[in-house]
Amino acid sequence: MAIFLTKDSKVIVQGMTGATGMKHTKLMLGDGTNIVGGVNPRKAGEKVDFDGTEVPVFGSVVEAMEKTGADVSVIFVPPKFAKAAVVEAIDAEIGLAVVITEGIAVHDSAAFWAYAKAKGNKTRIIGPNCPGLITPGQSNAGIIPGDITKPGKIGLVSKSGTLTYQMMYELRDIGFTSAVGIGGDPVIGTTHIDALEAFEADPETELIVMIGEIGGDAEERAADFIKANVTKPVVGYVAGFTAPEGKTMGHAGAIVSGSSGTAQAKKEALEAAGVKVGKTPSETARLAREILVG
Amino acid sequence: MDLFEYQARDLFAKHGVPVLAGEVIDTPEAAREATERLGGKSVVKAQVKVGGRGKAGGVKLAATPDEAVARASDILGMDIKGHTVHKVMIAETAPEIVEEYYVSYLLDRTNRTFLAMASVAGGMDIEEVAATTPEKLAKIPVDSNEGVTKEKAQEIVAAGQFPAEVADKVADVMVTLWKTFVAEDALLVEVNPLAKVASGEVIALDGKVSLDANAEFRQPEHEALEDKAAANPLEAAAKAKGLNYVKLEGEVGIIGNGAGLVMSTLDVVAYAGENHGGVKPANFLDIGGGASAEVMANGLEIILGDPDVKSVFVNVFGGITACDEVANGIVQALELLKSKGENVSKPLVVRLDGNNAELGRKILSDANHPLVQRVDTMDGAADKAAELAAAK
Repeated sequence: MAIFLTKDSKVIVQGMTGATGMKHTKLMLGDGTNIVGGVNPRKAGEKVDFDGTEVPVFGSVVEAMEKTGADVSVIFVPPKFAKAAVVEAIDAEIGLAVVITEGIAVHDSAAFWAYAKAKGNKTRIIGPNCPGLITPGQSNAGIIPGDITKPGKIGLVSKSGTLTYQMMYELRDIGFTSAVGIGGDPVIGTTHIDALEAFEADPETELIVMIGEIGGDAEERAADFIKANVTKPVVGYVAGFTAPEGKTMGHAGAIVSGSSGTAQAKKEALEAAGVKVGKTPSETARLAREILVG
Repeated sequence: MDLFEYQARDLFAKHGVPVLAGEVIDTPEAAREATERLGGKSVVKAQVKVGGRGKAGGVKLAATPDEAVARASDILGMDIKGHTVHKVMIAETAPEIVEEYYVSYLLDRTNRTFLAMASVAGGMDIEEVAATTPEKLAKIPVDSNEGVTKEKAQEIVAAGQFPAEVADKVADVMVTLWKTFVAEDALLVEVNPLAKVASGEVIALDGKVSLDANAEFRQPEHEALEDKAAANPLEAAAKAKGLNYVKLEGEVGIIGNGAGLVMSTLDVVAYAGENHGGVKPANFLDIGGGASAEVMANGLEIILGDPDVKSVFVNVFGGITACDEVANGIVQALELLKSKGENVSKPLVVRLDGNNAELGRKILSDANHPLVQRVDTMDGAADKAAELAAAK
């Protein structure tokens, strides 16, 4: 089992014919992802060859869905055009839109989120500015390296890309059901809570690792959710204890303002909800290992 | 990017929010002409990106042009909560103020929407109002796609319990302030105080604006608003090279790939430093997923150019870009710096993990660079880098 993405997922790529889209479509295909098409109105009707796999290009998300039954879109469109691409995916009512694009203006992400909400949230949005999600051995929708871990029983949700990879690698002998990178922007679609809820419901996930970072109060809210709704063991990590107030640390959302958003407050909230929180990524992996392996 | 008051004033004026006349100057003498242009009297206001300047003596009334020069001379160079005053605004004196209100728009991260805030208890710290008398601060969500029409503005004003005689005028401000918020890709627009003056008009007397750096592609005019003089020279050099760098206070230079991993590296180094004389990370530097030789060289150049740095910790997880490529990048970066005549004399601790880690580590071992040490775990490498920084 897995969350949000399985071997049956039919994936299209918006922005497939750009350099980043080409590179990662090839990698996703290599990881076994069932990529059924790309979207680019200027190249509709063409086919792109990826080491012998021909992927058709469609003029729109709607057309791609009609002709292939696609239910997932991975979006690599540059920031300037990203809002239009996400709105197109929402209009087409595709089940899942994974927005990899980094550097989207907050007014744009707030607008497509408001639009998704007004349309009844028929499209789950992951990201923006995220590495996407992977169900090892089945499908990879995004830019997570497919060969650093294997299928297993840990569910992972993280704001950070490379910390996701670090954790997947450290626990590669135990393996993962799914790993979801939700992104570190101020406005994101899928939250820690959404992923926690899905992992709690997934029978094959035995333990959940949750990685957070400074900024906002998503970790605190996730802690409340865990306390009330999660029966599986949760291990956590929070990055940014040494980040000074008022300085943005790489992710647009990673900023401590006033007394809110500190790593210490997040750690305390998670611990109060019964989550074991590691001091470093390695210690976090050790805590997960102790629970699962003893 | 947080703006100065005078920049906020200019943007408010551009979008129709009522403001008083004013201009910014950076020498006392310039206060004379500026005050003359305002009819002979003015308010001299320190331009600093921190609150509480009034209490600190950074806002003074000048009854004559000569007095304006004297007040500007007092205020320029003043230190307000660690911020040196380099500019003052010479502003029109406000007509008699009858009441002070507060209005703003900002992003509500928790609810993933925009929020209007309005209060008749303006003029003071709004966080104080929110804490002590929350019933006096109205918070109304604003849908990004619906925006603030006159009707929506009236809803905000009603929630803020504004007196009937100013309700319509405040609603107009809410509409023009929303225009400012959207047109400028702002993360925050705040007017405090929004003053009701004796004539019955409402005027924005002071304000804060924070702009979204991600919107630069459609806001070409925003670059000119950057306070380049205040930027740390290393941060400015890094920005020119397209690097994501933040200068910090410590001694261990940090390079890593991915914002989360670098943030985590800072923490791990600070923990390790507790055992090595309290050394701390000297910077945040994320060279991104690719970690090519060129980007690595650019990053190293910035870090090695920081006189505070005593050792460097390069922490890379090889994902799509495998560790052998990263290792080659590091070796090439060091050669590149040497060929540019850079004096590379600080010890480097390198930790490589992930795809092709063994191959990458072998490349580093074979290169046998006298300054490079390999430690294969993040915690161990942080400890070594802290130890080396403490020993210097």
